[in-house]
Amino acid sequence: MANPNGVGASVRRLEDPRFLTGRGNYTDDFKRPNMTHLVHVRSPYPHALVKGIDASAALAAPGVVAVLTGADMEADKVGSLPCGWQIHSKDGSPMKEPGHFPLARGRVRYVGDAVAVVIAETKDQARDAAELVVVDYEELPAVTASTRAVTAEAPQVHDEAPGNLCYDWHLGDKAAVDAAFAQAAHVATIDLVNNRLVPNAMEPRAALGEYDPSNGEYTLTTTSQNPHVIRLLMGAFVLGIPEHKLRVVAPDVGGGFGSKIFHYGEEAVVTWAAKKIGRPVKWTADRSESFLTDAHGRDHVSHAEMAMDQDGHFLALRVSTLANLGAYLSTFAPSIPTYLYATLLAGQYKTPAIYAEVKAVFTNTAPVDAYRGAGRPEACYLIERLVDIAAGVAGLDRAEIRRRNFVPASAMPYQTPVALQYDSGDFAKNLDIALPLVDYDGFAARKAASKAKGKLRGIGFSTYIEACGIAPSNVAGALGARAGLYECAEVRFHPTGSVTVFTGSHSHGQGHETTFAQLVAERFGVPIENVEIVHGDTSKIPFGMGTYGSRSLAVGGSALVKAMDKVERKAKKIAAHMLEAAETDIEVKDGRFTVAGTDKSLGIGDIALQAYVPHNFPLDELEPGLDEQAFYDPKNFTYPNGCHVCEVEIDPETGVTQVVAFSAVDDFGNVINPLIVEGQVHGGIVQGIGQALLENCVYDDESGQLLTGSFMDYCMPRADDVPSFTVRYHEDQPCTHNPLGVKGCGEAGTIGASAATMNAVVDALSAFGVTHLDMPATPEKVWRAIQNATPALAAE
Amino acid sequence: MPCTVTMTVNGKTVSREVEERTLLVTFLRDHLSLTGTHVGCDTSQCGACVVHVDGRSVKSCTTLAVQANGASVTTIEGLAAADGTLHPMQAAFREHHGLQCGFCTPGMVMSAVDLVRNNPTPTEHDIRDGLEGNICRCTGYHNIVKAVQAGAEAMNSPSAKAAAE
Ligand code: FES
Ligand code: FES
Repeated sequence: MANPNGVGASVRRLEDPRFLTGRGNYTDDFKRPNMTHLVHVRSPYPHALVKGIDASAALAAPGVVAVLTGADMEADKVGSLPCGWQIHSKDGSPMKEPGHFPLARGRVRYVGDAVAVVIAETKDQARDAAELVVVDYEELPAVTASTRAVTAEAPQVHDEAPGNLCYDWHLGDKAAVDAAFAQAAHVATIDLVNNRLVPNAMEPRAALGEYDPSNGEYTLTTTSQNPHVIRLLMGAFVLGIPEHKLRVVAPDVGGGFGSKIFHYGEEAVVTWAAKKIGRPVKWTADRSESFLTDAHGRDHVSHAEMAMDQDGHFLALRVSTLANLGAYLSTFAPSIPTYLYATLLAGQYKTPAIYAEVKAVFTNTAPVDAYRGAGRPEACYLIERLVDIAAGVAGLDRAEIRRRNFVPASAMPYQTPVALQYDSGDFAKNLDIALPLVDYDGFAARKAASKAKGKLRGIGFSTYIEACGIAPSNVAGALGARAGLYECAEVRFHPTGSVTVFTGSHSHGQGHETTFAQLVAERFGVPIENVEIVHGDTSKIPFGMGTYGSRSLAVGGSALVKAMDKVERKAKKIAAHMLEAAETDIEVKDGRFTVAGTDKSLGIGDIALQAYVPHNFPLDELEPGLDEQAFYDPKNFTYPNGCHVCEVEIDPETGVTQVVAFSAVDDFGNVINPLIVEGQVHGGIVQGIGQALLENCVYDDESGQLLTGSFMDYCMPRADDVPSFTVRYHEDQPCTHNPLGVKGCGEAGTIGASAATMNAVVDALSAFGVTHLDMPATPEKVWRAIQNATPALAAE
Repeated sequence: MPCTVTMTVNGKTVSREVEERTLLVTFLRDHLSLTGTHVGCDTSQCGACVVHVDGRSVKSCTTLAVQANGASVTTIEGLAAADGTLHPMQAAFREHHGLQCGFCTPGMVMSAVDLVRNNPTPTEHDIRDGLEGNICRCTGYHNIVKAVQAGAEAMNSPSAKAAAE
């Protein structure tokens, strides 16, 4: 009988009881004896010289312990925050990589750039005193829009990056694309903006630094998705602390969505300050601070063209994109608009030739880096909007033009013209499931019914593909990654048969404590409650690259499988010895080790006990213990794919768009816990709908101020903004190159949803001659589009 | 000026000397170490901080501790039964996977309990409308809605009603 808590079961999450009873342990929940509180003094200007800092009044304020500045860090030889990915421009030159210091040195480059910190006995005292720090700024002209940053008159953000250019990169075969365009019967064109977003994990970032003078050890507790990466970056590059003297703990983390991958200056500041003042130092961001300083996402401006033959077959795709990287390079920023974006521009289509150019620029805004999907939503949105326009140009139904151009399942593995090799996927099947699911044939009738009520109705598709489980380390290295991208797992059987798994993956909502335990329960037949998953602590876990890019199960889960393989191999040898049989005669099933053809068998618990009490044990052949570790380096990316369909109703009087139905058909390969997978899809979809209809991060290009710096100004999706969803998946196309056959589900919802939603909005407005609207489709924007329609169309 | 506040929190009387400006959420988290109540924003928008004050849901980030002087406060830590049995709403959130990272969850659950007390048989629309003051970035609300529907049913069962008396 299948294990009721094994693979494929919707096991209720093991981590939930602590969260539901208020016993989660988030960074800000930690208190230490003698702990101090740190508050930042941040630049109110987008660009300025710091001529001087007068901390005397702050130092005299009640409870203040210290005021520290960039000069203090410089005196202590604190380094620049490193960038983890290097891109080379078309001409072969390396990207511009200006210094990025935890506390500014002489010049600030965005509103929120940290200038000084105040440390006090209480947070209120630190806050009060921070108001008393007098900073002498000399304002400089600033630029926040990428389109202006590239103009000749634009203010220069960094002296070492002329024209504000970080890099000018390209991918693909330009000559082949130009030749195909020369032959084209039809060309579809689009200009679009992928709007800037603020990730807004509900737990604001926080960091707690400690220093133990008795052994010279530092501990950083931080809201991170990848504590080992932080240890490496901060230890080796910023503070010069060797790994064995630096422990980084990422305890319960309240959502990340990419924004907690990166090494932020505040982590270095609290760690450094803890030693300097000899007391623990805690910093927790206010939400306003998160808006200003968390790495933002997206912010692309693109032009794209699709060449087609007479029948609407895609011949070539040409894309040029301007990407805003903000004021400094965040940890993985350069990779997002390049290798996580342009490599996905084939989408699900067999477009034979693709050429993409990407210019990345510095501006006086918060750094921009990975946000859920990271490059892939930008690619999907561009392709899927362009395909809708192409359908209009070629006179084809929007489902039909997709079907006509899909890479067929029979072509797998499929080498795209933009570097990736898709291993598996049946895109037509996704669409075949989706069309009846959403009653596509009945849409015309629903549209007519809406019209009778005075409403406009639209339907939109997004047939997306993405690349997850980043990545074979040698490939990533060749593309500019400055780290490996394997994962590590250790499986430790204890003498009485319970199991602790140490994983380098990190859970900040994904439910690894359940899913990973299911894998162990399935493999060894142990009760799931006897399995504990430990993550997020460099002092416990051998190593880890963390969780992002939907990689945990595909890479971290595969490492776990490898470690379990090793455990099983050893257990088999022990069983053979105990059962006095040849190893080759031992059959293993669900954690039972049986001599073939007999009823002589042992459970894994018996073997574990013998491994630790080795009285009847092959000591000359094996070491005691049952504790194995493995690293897994992925062989390829994984390629989750699917078909999202959105249906909207628009009130032409108000411009309000309502999502009336949203369906997702996904191929995530094999699914371990359907309940968790569906939850990931729901959450992802709402972030995608949020981008399409509600969310927009806006800087005023004139003043350089962030206009959307709170939940009052930045429109987060709320329960009454979205409907319930129809979510389906199939498991017919497992990943071919990892042992679990899994592809990853964490980002797919976000990647597919914004394009499906906007395609539906534009479809609803097509009667008014609208062919494109930039996100978010706010009521005002929709209303104006209707008002600006040609009177003849509007009157219809 | 420090002042003394006294209130009942999760059934226990507590008294502390605090600064007048101390927020209820700070009082709970820092003075009482009840860290289940979270702070997700600084503009009273997210609902991560919702607790019950005299049986009504309140954003504790927008309430001064002195305003709760003399009141009875229930936080997420006080919602389950003394023997650890989850409140029906907590159990429904688990059953229906109404939480992911868990950060919004305490506020969401406390709001949901209050919502059902005021409207024992809420429709999906009522739930979405009623939880509009609680932001969740993880779940997309789909499973929260299901959980609240199930939690409402469970709260209406005779045994749950008896336990709540
Ligand atoms: S913390 Fe109270 S509403 Fe956000
Ligand atoms: S579960 Fe993470 S914010 Fe709601």
